[in-house]
Amino acid sequence: MSDAMNKSAARNTKVMNRFDLTSRLVARLKNEEAVVGGIGNTNFDLWAAGHRPQNFYMLGSMGLAFPIALGVALAQPNRRVFALEGDGSLLMQLGCLSTIATLKPKNLTMVVMDNGIYQITGAQPTPAAAATDLIAVAAGCGLTHSTWAADEEDFERLIDQSLTASEPMLIGVRIDDKPGTGTTRRDPVQIRERFMLGLGVREAL
Amino acid sequence: MAAADGQMSPAGLGEKAWHEIVQQTLKRNDIRLVPYVPDRVLTRLIKEIHADPFFTTFPTAREEEAVGIVSGAWMAGMRGAVLMQTSGFATLANVLASLAIPYQIPLIMFVSERGTLGEFNYGQSLVCRTMRPVLDSLAMEHHTATRLDEFEFIVDRSIKQAITTQAPVALILSPLLTGGKVFDK
Repeated sequence: MSDAMNKSAARNTKVMNRFDLTSRLVARLKNEEAVVGGIGNTNFDLWAAGHRPQNFYMLGSMGLAFPIALGVALAQPNRRVFALEGDGSLLMQLGCLSTIATLKPKNLTMVVMDNGIYQITGAQPTPAAAATDLIAVAAGCGLTHSTWAADEEDFERLIDQSLTASEPMLIGVRIDDKPGTGTTRRDPVQIRERFMLGLGVREAL
Repeated sequence: MAAADGQMSPAGLGEKAWHEIVQQTLKRNDIRLVPYVPDRVLTRLIKEIHADPFFTTFPTAREEEAVGIVSGAWMAGMRGAVLMQTSGFATLANVLASLAIPYQIPLIMFVSERGTLGEFNYGQSLVCRTMRPVLDSLAMEHHTATRLDEFEFIVDRSIKQAITTQAPVALILSPLLTGGKVFDK
């Protein structure tokens, strides 16, 4: 498995924890930034990090966290938008990286939570796990501000940098195999309505 | 380009072509965001929307990506519509059932219909047969536009209904309206 070894050596990144990183991200948001949480553990940990009206939780449509966040970013160019996605989810929709690289929304930051497995279905390895560097893929798609976070401190630095960035950023984080910390309340209409309230699109009934 | 391709205004009648009706009706309803996966029949419409600064329009790699984009934009206050071909619609069952419908998002889709009325590719005719059963199984609103004189009414009313009822709609553009794609090689 020399390829796999080369891959991990190239990353030189610490294995972190999804809930911890999500909490660190949310703690740095002071200006009603939107956050889109991808299917499964990614949005469960966003929920567990403390509900915010500007959070959107995906209960399906695997792979669409970045496209949904892109739509938010295009509609509200003055609001910073974050998208949290799992590595397996991103593999379902790699083409969106090219779309985003072409449109270059300056207010969009993407975070890929990479544990190399489909944790929620039984921790089976993804087809990319032993062979593919997702940050290199993103860079190859034209997202030039794509980088692995070396550790928690580096992740926080990159998030701070993204808050004033003038190009889309993609941050890769290696995470462990732990499941999500909480479970999102599965009420899609309420999730959507509260998100729209949080973005100032709707007024409460 | 031949009139049979449906790309030109009917000669001498002063009538608008179908693609002009789409463009104008989108504008009238403040639909600014138009991601698409292209189709031969949609060529003229896509070109005209690109040329109109009112619209933010761009290609996506997959149709469900475009659905995600307009869903996010609508929740953030910007209206959108997706353009695609029949075979592209066939990739959407999961996103319709897990995003657009349960979250009550007024997803507006224009589907250029391949697979019927002169189709030359058997695979296209087969995938076309899956489209209406999928729409019906999800109890989704859909209309097949065949006539120019009804088209503006169908498009305008369907957009307004989708937005006010927060439910998706598929507008299927029949070869009877557009001329379709004909075997030429």
